[in-house]
Amino acid sequence: MLDQLIHLKVNGTLHTVAVPPHRTLLEVLREQLGYTGTKRACRVGDCGACTVIIDGKAVLSCLTLAVEVQEKEILTIEALGDGDRPDTLQQSFVDCGAVQCGFCTPGMVMSAKALLDENPHPDREEVRRAIAGNLCRCTGYAKIVEAIEDAATRLS
Amino acid sequence: MSEYAVLGKRLPRVDGPVKAAGTARFTDDLSLPGMLYGKILRSPHAHARIVRIDTTRAENHPGVRAVIVGEDFGDYRYGLRADTRDEYPLARGKVRYLGEEVAAVAAVDEETALEALNLIQVEYEVLSAVTDPEEALREGAPQLHDDKPGNISVHMKTSFGDVDDAFRQADYIREDRFYSQSVLHGFLEPNAALALWEAPNRITIWASKQSPYFLYRNLSNCFNVPLSNVRLIQPYIGGGFGGKNGGYPVDFCAVMLSKKTGRPVKIVLTMEEVLSSHRRRHPMIVRLKTGVKKDGTILAHDCRIIADGGAGTGVGPSTIANAFYFLNLPYVVPNVRYEAFRVYTNRPISVAQRGNGIQQIRYAADVQLEMIAHDLGLDPVQIRQKNAVYTGYRTASGMNIHSCGLQETITEAVKAAEWETHYRPWQEKEKEPLGRIATGVGIACNSFQSGARLTGHNCCTAVIKVHEDGTASLLTGSTDSGQGSETVLAMIVAEVLGTRLEDVFVPQTDSTVTPVDPGSFGSRVSSTAGNAVLIAAQDARSQLLPVAAELLKAAPEDIEFRDRKVLVRGAPDRVLRFRDLTRQTVAWGSGTSIIGQGSWGQTVPPMNFETGEGDASGAYSFGTQAAWVEVDTQTGKVTVPRMVVAHDLGFALNPLAVEGQHEGSIAGGVGHTIYEHCVEENGQNLTPNLTAYGLPTVYDLPEEMVSLSIETIDPVGAFGAKESGEGTQVSTIPAIVNAIHNAIGVWITDLPVTPEKVLKALRDRKAQDRATEGGQP
Ligand code: FES
Ligand code: FES
Repeated sequence: MLDQLIHLKVNGTLHTVAVPPHRTLLEVLREQLGYTGTKRACRVGDCGACTVIIDGKAVLSCLTLAVEVQEKEILTIEALGDGDRPDTLQQSFVDCGAVQCGFCTPGMVMSAKALLDENPHPDREEVRRAIAGNLCRCTGYAKIVEAIEDAATRLS
Repeated sequence: MSEYAVLGKRLPRVDGPVKAAGTARFTDDLSLPGMLYGKILRSPHAHARIVRIDTTRAENHPGVRAVIVGEDFGDYRYGLRADTRDEYPLARGKVRYLGEEVAAVAAVDEETALEALNLIQVEYEVLSAVTDPEEALREGAPQLHDDKPGNISVHMKTSFGDVDDAFRQADYIREDRFYSQSVLHGFLEPNAALALWEAPNRITIWASKQSPYFLYRNLSNCFNVPLSNVRLIQPYIGGGFGGKNGGYPVDFCAVMLSKKTGRPVKIVLTMEEVLSSHRRRHPMIVRLKTGVKKDGTILAHDCRIIADGGAGTGVGPSTIANAFYFLNLPYVVPNVRYEAFRVYTNRPISVAQRGNGIQQIRYAADVQLEMIAHDLGLDPVQIRQKNAVYTGYRTASGMNIHSCGLQETITEAVKAAEWETHYRPWQEKEKEPLGRIATGVGIACNSFQSGARLTGHNCCTAVIKVHEDGTASLLTGSTDSGQGSETVLAMIVAEVLGTRLEDVFVPQTDSTVTPVDPGSFGSRVSSTAGNAVLIAAQDARSQLLPVAAELLKAAPEDIEFRDRKVLVRGAPDRVLRFRDLTRQTVAWGSGTSIIGQGSWGQTVPPMNFETGEGDASGAYSFGTQAAWVEVDTQTGKVTVPRMVVAHDLGFALNPLAVEGQHEGSIAGGVGHTIYEHCVEENGQNLTPNLTAYGLPTVYDLPEEMVSLSIETIDPVGAFGAKESGEGTQVSTIPAIVNAIHNAIGVWITDLPVTPEKVLKALRDRKAQDRATEGGQP
C-alpha cells in the first residue's frame, strides 16, 4: 500500500511523515518520531501502556491509525516534565511509590492527566475508573490511586 | 529513633523520575543505525516431527536479510545443569509444544519479517500429544524426549522422621487433593532483545533480563566466543517475576540473525507470543496427607506432587526441591515424606514465578490445616499459633531458623484485620441462611527463603568507586526489574559513607563492567547483594579513614561519616565536608583511586535437590496474611476488598519499597487465586490476550491493603534484612481460600476460584445438606 504524507501535531510540534494507511499512531510515534516514552506492550488494546491524550481524551495509540488523527492535538508523556523536572503528577507517582518497573507508568500518568485536566477533584471511584484500562503487574494499583489523589490535592 | 541516617526511611526510588517521565529506556526503546527487525516462526502443533523446512521463498522475499532454522545452532542445547539441557534455540527434529520456535527471520521492517514467516514452508508429521501430566505418566503415553523415558523430567523422593509411626499416633488424619493452575508471569514488557554481532567474535546484546549472567554464559557457549567478548547491557526491565531469568530463543535468534547479516537485529515478542508460548508457573497436583493430635498439633505430612513441567526442564529441579523445603515451614512438622514427579507434557515450559514452587505447596498445606481446624472445632488462629516455628528451630530435614517473628506476625495480622470483630466460625454461621453477599475472613502463614542457595556461582560482588566530589558509583550485577533493589543498594552505600541517596549512582548491569552475579531470583538481592555492598562500602570507607584521621587530628575510631560530613565524636568543632575528604584523599601523595570491593556468598551449603536435607537459604522470612472476602452467592463472584500482610522481613531497609512489594505480591496472589487462567485445547491457548487470561485490573484487587513489617534483625542478612517480595505471595492464596470457606462453607481445592466453581460447590453443599437432613429421622 502506498505511503501517505500526513501532518501530526505532537506536543505542540508539527511533524510531516510518510506512513502506510494501516500504521498505528503508536508505531509512528515510537518508530518514526522517536517518542519512545509511549510504551508498546500488548498492541491490541488490553493494557493501556500506549495511552496518549488526543484533544483532551485518553486514547490507546495502538488502536488508533495515524492517518485518523491529523489536525488533532496529540500529547505524549514527553509533553510533561522530564527526569530532572517531573511535573506535579509525575512527582506524585514517584513520591507515593506508584512506580515499580515503570513500564505501565507513562500510560498510567497519561490516563491520570486526562482525568485531572477534565476533573481536577475526582473522587476515589472516578480515579479508579480512569485507570481501569491500564494494567499494572507490579503495584497492585493502590499506590497509583493514591498518587493520583495526591496530585489532585497538590494541584488544587 | 533509628540509628541510621538513610536506611529505614521511606525514600522514593532513584529511578522513579525517569520512569515517570518516560525517558527510562527499555529494550524496545532502543534502536541502532541499520537495524533489522526479527520475527519468529512458531509451531502450529503441540507435538510433531519436523520433516523438512524450506526457507527459499522467504529468503527471496524483498527486504528479507536472513532466515535461520535449528540447524544453524548446531547441537547447542541449554538448561540449568549439564544433565537437564533439553532446550534448543530453535527446534531440532521435533516440536514439543504449540508455539515452539521453529525458524526466525530478519528483515528491514516488522511487516516484511511477518510476510516472510508466511513464506517458510515446514512439513510436519503430526504426533499424538499429551498435555495432562497424569496422562503423560501412564504407560504408552506419547514420549517427549528420547533420553527421558516415562516423560519424567525430575523425580525427588525423600523422608525425614518416622512418618508411618506418626500417622499411627495421630488422632486425626486428612488426605486431600489440590490443584494449582498454569499462571503466567504477566509482566507488561514483552521479552525483547537487540543484538549486535561484530566479526570475528564479539557479541553486544541489550536484553530484558532480571538475571543477565545466565544469558552471558549461554551466549558464550552457543556462539563459542570468550566471556570477555559477550557484552550484555541491561536496559530498564519492565517486570520479570521469574520469566526473564535465562536465555530464551528470542535472545539466541537475535544474535544469530545479527551474525548472519552483519547488522544489528531487534526482536520484540508480541503479548500473544508471550502468553501462548513463553514460560509460566508450574501447574501442580498436590496430594497431601496430614496427621494431627486432637489439639491440632501437626505430627506428619505425607505429600505427593505431580508438577506439569511442560516440554523442557528449565529450573524445574529447584522448583521441585523448593516445594519440599517449604513443606517443612512455617509450621513444625516433625515427620515428613515427599515424592514429586515433574513431568514433561506438550505444553510451554514451566519455570519459577515469584515463589518458585512454594505457592502451590503452601496453598495445599495451609488450606488443609484450616480444614483440620474446622473438622476438629479448633480456632484457626490458635492452630497456627500452636504449630508456628520459632527462632532456634531446626526442621526435621535440617533447615535452621536463626530469626523468626512468625508469632508476632500472627498477632499483628489478626489485630489489623479486626479478627475478633469479623470472625465467626462457619459452624455458627451455617445455621443462618446465606444472604446474597456472604462475607468471610481467613488467614494463612508463610515462610520464604532469603536468597535461594543454588549450586554453582552463588555470590554477589559489589564495586564502589568513590569520586573526588564525594559522589559514588555502585557497580553490581544484581539487576532491578522493578522491585527497587537499585534504590535499596544505593541507600546502603549512602548509609556507610555518610552521604545521601542522590549521591550514589547505580549504572545498569553491563557484563564487561559489572561483576558477575547469580541474578535477581530467589529473593536474594537485598540480603545477599546487600551484604556485598555493605562490605564494599566499608572497604571504601576504610580507604578514606586514615586521611580523615590525619586531617582532623583524631583517632580513626572516633571518626563518623554522616550527612556529607566527617565528624569527630565528642569534638563538634572538628568537621570536614565529605567531598573535601574525597578530594584530598584522591590527591594524597601522587594520587589514588578510592575503590571499595566486597563479595558475599551464602552461609549454608547448596540446596540438596536429591534429598532436600539441610538449608535452602541462610535466612528465612515469615509472615501472616488475612483476607476479607465477599462472595456473591447468586453469581459466584468472589471479591477481596481488604487484605492484611504482616511480614517478618528482618529489617525494612526502605519501608516504601517494602509496601510496594507486599502490595504487588497480593496483586499476583489474588490474580492466581481468582482470575488468571490459560484456557487450552489440545495444547492451544484459547486465552492469548491479557483480558481473556485475566490479569487483574484495579477493580479486581483489594482497595485496601495493609502492610505491616515485623523487624527481627536477622543475624545473616544485610543490616538484619530478609526478603519481603515473594513470601507474601505464598500465603495470599490460602488466606483467600480459607476466607471463602468462612463465607460460604465450601472448600475450593481447584484453582482458580471461578464463579462456576463457586456456584457448583454451593449447589453440591446444598445437595449434601439435604441428603443429610433427609437421612435424619
Ligand atoms: S499497547 Fe495499547 S493497549 Fe496495550
Ligand atoms: S510498575 Fe510494573 S507494570 Fe506497573
